[in-house]
Amino acid sequence: MGMGRNQTRPIPCVKEGKLQMATTIQSLTTQNHRKRDRERKIIRGLTFFFALVSVGTTAGIIYELLKETVLFFQEVSILEFFTDTRWTPLFASKRFGVLPLVNGTLLVAAGAMLVAVPLGLLAAIFLSEYASERMRKILKPILEILAGIPTVVYGYFALLFITPILRDLFPETQIFNAASASIAMGFMILPLMASVSEDALSAVPRSLREAAYAMGATKFETATQVVLPAALSGVAAAFILAVSRAIGETMIVAIAAGQQPKLTLNPLQSIETMTAYIVQVSLGDTPHQSIAYKTIFAVGMLLFGMTLIMNIISYFVTKRFREKYE
Amino acid sequence: MSTLTALRDVTFERNLSLRKLKGKIFEIIAFFAILLGIAMLLTLLIDVFLDGLPWLSTKLFTEFPSRFPDRAGLRSALQGSLWLMVLTAALAIPIGVGAGIYLEEFAPQNRITRFIEINVANLAGVPSIIYGLLGLGLFVRQLGLGRTLIAGAMTMALLVLPIIIVTTREAIRAVPQSIRQAALALGATDWEVSRDHVLVYSAPAILTGIILAMSRAIGETAPLITIGALTYIAFDPKGPFDIFTVLPIQIFNWISLPQSDFHGLAAAGIIILLAVLLSMNALAIWLRNRLLIRW
Repeated sequence: MGMGRNQTRPIPCVKEGKLQMATTIQSLTTQNHRKRDRERKIIRGLTFFFALVSVGTTAGIIYELLKETVLFFQEVSILEFFTDTRWTPLFASKRFGVLPLVNGTLLVAAGAMLVAVPLGLLAAIFLSEYASERMRKILKPILEILAGIPTVVYGYFALLFITPILRDLFPETQIFNAASASIAMGFMILPLMASVSEDALSAVPRSLREAAYAMGATKFETATQVVLPAALSGVAAAFILAVSRAIGETMIVAIAAGQQPKLTLNPLQSIETMTAYIVQVSLGDTPHQSIAYKTIFAVGMLLFGMTLIMNIISYFVTKRFREKYE
Repeated sequence: MSTLTALRDVTFERNLSLRKLKGKIFEIIAFFAILLGIAMLLTLLIDVFLDGLPWLSTKLFTEFPSRFPDRAGLRSALQGSLWLMVLTAALAIPIGVGAGIYLEEFAPQNRITRFIEINVANLAGVPSIIYGLLGLGLFVRQLGLGRTLIAGAMTMALLVLPIIIVTTREAIRAVPQSIRQAALALGATDWEVSRDHVLVYSAPAILTGIILAMSRAIGETAPLITIGALTYIAFDPKGPFDIFTVLPIQIFNWISLPQSDFHGLAAAGIIILLAVLLSMNALAIWLRNRLLIRW
């Protein structure tokens, strides 16, 4: 029964009768089978181990972040971390209030959402409800290029193209500002918002649209009053994923948004996000045991926690929406 | 009665044309949303090309970074990126494809499998800078590898692993069940089925996924800054245990400098980076069109 490459050895000794031959084949098959079975088990074990690497990665992230965060909170109280309004770990008079960094992160993310959500949603509705198959095949890949451009390029664009325009429009704009980073980030996230929303819109069964048409609704009314509400949970999942991406985005804000942690809602001012702070400390020569080294892990832990919660929410929202129509 | 109906018809007709007009306007606005995205892309590309073209020269490939813009080049950054890609691919491809095969072909339907799957899905959403912190804590400090290429490659491999696993699984899932059943019926073991049939048929799609993962890795900056890849390297990296810099980090460094000459250099670096990415994506598309088997 040897398959393919295993059947290379000729069967020896056939002249001593049929029984002999059968036994030889039998024993060869068993031998061969054992070898193949061993190989199969080794591969299964090895690939299982490879699959476990992902579990190890999650465990490693949590362990490394927690380890330094615990050390950090031995020196700084949790209360100060979450309530103090100043973040100056690199200065002589150290204050450890993370709120200005969170404020900066959320300010930039909110601005990016102002760009990405309306444009992404409109693009999704157009692609799913209006565009012909041919049009969609051309437009979608072009739009997706936006998501494939390295973030350092968006940073360049934000600082050296968007910011000068903003400064012409609003002279009080600082060289480093939240708005330019928001705009660049918004366009970077647009394809994510558009493609996840489009998947949700396309998953709405045709029968719902036909029912709406039968009731006399126009295409626009069908799209906005029937299809969109039916796909709302998928669109919500897209929104949450986009926010999570915006919060974790690093290079655009590190280049264009500045290094001044402050509590402000003015997007024309220089701010600092959590990710930009981690980059700032990493670029300097920070000793291993110093408090500055520990702060980036504490900030990283908070960032990880925020994105994790959002990813979990979007996972459950998507799951619910899938169950509904399949 | 009939006048009333006629009146109603007129209002309905007028209403209907208004409703249709509204829809037309919406369609145009929605189309413009896409056009705006594409216009932004074009503006970005044109801006970078206009800034960078005067600085694009062979010197970029032969010179090390320098504080004089005329003498500055990307030699160490390009070599660093090349080294990093080779090492990352060597680590991520066997592990990623292996994990994909396991989850799709071998894994029993149980809690452990479910747990691994959730893990992979979640890791795809973890910000890249968090991987940088993992690399800094685990590879640079705990394993004592220092700020070397191998520490960077290990960090990058973990970062792209979810992408490779997910695309491998999709590629494998596209192979019809009948192929597996035919091979199993002839006495092949599940590993032989995967090796000789499923992997052969899904190889082009897996390769496409690998190229996409690598093009993600080549543009990543944040995790490598976090593990401490340097911005100024004036020698050729010789092996996995050398310190290094990569193309996007050198670009970032030049953007951060105040002199506008360096911004021109950064734009020239971006042109090279985008050219590399473009050719990788073109290769992926070509592979998909030429080799992909449609069932």
